[in-house]
Amino acid sequence: MALGTPQRDPLGSPNWQDLSASLLGEGDIRFDDRLRVTMPIIAENQHMFPVSVDARALGDVRRLALIADLNPIPLAIDMQPRPGRAFVETRIKLDQRTPVRGAAQLADGTWIVSGNWIDAAGGGCSAAPVSRVRGDWAEHLGEIRGLGVAEGEGARLRLAFRHPMDTGFVANIPTYHLETLTVANDRKETLATLEISAAVSEDPAFSLFVDAKAGERLTIAARDTNGLDYRAALVVGAAR
Amino acid sequence: MRPSRRTLLAGLAALPALPLFAAPLTYRITPQPIGDGLWLVRGDDGPIAATNGGAIANIVIAATDAGTVLVDCGPSLRYGQALKLMAETLTGKPAVRVYLTHLHPDHIFGSAAFDPKVLATTAAVAATIEQEGTSFSDGMYRLLGDWMRGSELRMPGTILPGDSETIGGRTFRLLTLSGHSAADLAILDTRTGTLIAGDLVFHDRAPSTPHADLPKWRAALDRLAAVPHRSLVPGHGPRDLTPTAAIDQTRDWLAWLDGMLRAAVQSGSDMVEAGDTAIPQRFAGITTARYELQRSVSHFFPRLEAELLPRIDDKVR
Repeated sequence: MALGTPQRDPLGSPNWQDLSASLLGEGDIRFDDRLRVTMPIIAENQHMFPVSVDARALGDVRRLALIADLNPIPLAIDMQPRPGRAFVETRIKLDQRTPVRGAAQLADGTWIVSGNWIDAAGGGCSAAPVSRVRGDWAEHLGEIRGLGVAEGEGARLRLAFRHPMDTGFVANIPTYHLETLTVANDRKETLATLEISAAVSEDPAFSLFVDAKAGERLTIAARDTNGLDYRAALVVGAAR
Repeated sequence: MRPSRRTLLAGLAALPALPLFAAPLTYRITPQPIGDGLWLVRGDDGPIAATNGGAIANIVIAATDAGTVLVDCGPSLRYGQALKLMAETLTGKPAVRVYLTHLHPDHIFGSAAFDPKVLATTAAVAATIEQEGTSFSDGMYRLLGDWMRGSELRMPGTILPGDSETIGGRTFRLLTLSGHSAADLAILDTRTGTLIAGDLVFHDRAPSTPHADLPKWRAALDRLAAVPHRSLVPGHGPRDLTPTAAIDQTRDWLAWLDGMLRAAVQSGSDMVEAGDTAIPQRFAGITTARYELQRSVSHFFPRLEAELLPRIDDKVR
């Protein structure tokens, strides 16, 4: 593809041109289904729509992003994966029918993008979190559940946090969400780093693949927009 | 490529002779006789969609000496009106009773076509309809558009006090159950031995679970299996003459779903992967399976994670 002639967005998104310029910056954009974006055929719950972005087939990926074009907060996840570990699954809010995409940046700066439209009733970003309505969000804030399981040459992690993940679009409830998540081993090597926005659902959950073996202890650290730190640890279990 | 004038003309000639303005949306109500004075109006086995006008639930029409009895009344005012006209023409008697099996909109949004006194259900079902019934309105209008015109949920005006009701010499046993939703009503037509199960039973069509409580649903299926009956009308899917295959199939699907989701959570899997799980071969004849499976993942997975994943934060260590 010649420089200066960007590929046409196969999803025909109304705002992709501006959005990609602001989120992805410089660098060619190529649309390629080898970046696998997987999601259900129906958005049963617009507050909590699961999506996985798998760029492991692309080789050396430096950045991996999860984007919903027509959300008021389009960028849900922005991570710097370790080699061969460019994968994330999470649940996001949907504010209306929108393209949902993954974007993976290669070492040469090129972005590989793919995704699909999902129909949604909407309002997922402007409804009060369930725990705010129930009133018990503070009681459970920072509870973390999780599991690590050896898989192939690494380990698969499932991490589920209790956090209201306020968007700031609900009257009298300012923005308040987890903003970073890191996974490290006992040798203080960082295995995964994610930046998280309020487009990620209340009680956020994440699946990641990391370089770790069965029996290895991993530490999880997260921080929210009020500067609160959350810590957890788990030992990777044997492959199932 | 621009079509030539000739292909355009050929295309026009092939069109049926329709007026140029859009034909009004019309439901085709086709009752099939299933017993003495008993008819089934089969719903479409797909999801609620503009292509079927939301008419996906099975409806039963029963003739009695005192008037027509209906079980459920469909997704919209327009459907309810067409159903009422068809049923009253079929039996020659006015609708005197519409039993509402549970709160879901594909079964009860036709209620506005009927007198409130005619609309009847148990106190428990009525409570769920009053609490949550109207909340489905936005979603139904969004999915169905003009099919829904004028549809405003009418609350049941009669609370059924006992465990049976006899209308014009025909006795209906009323089974107060739960599990598909917080309150479900199943009905046995004693004259024909037809068990009208509402959405507690699905047949060759995947069960939907937005308000499901699986242990209660299993208990309800056990109770339905123990009710002597000759045939069964499920809430969705074809009639079962065996007469317990549909009950067994519903139980089998729910048990598979629950086991699969629990295993997925306990192995560290995620919602996307769980929704893409291969559907076992024994369910190959079940329609709308992937769609309902992915809905069910949304209904159950986060709760199962909260139940089954171990706490790992430093608050507990």
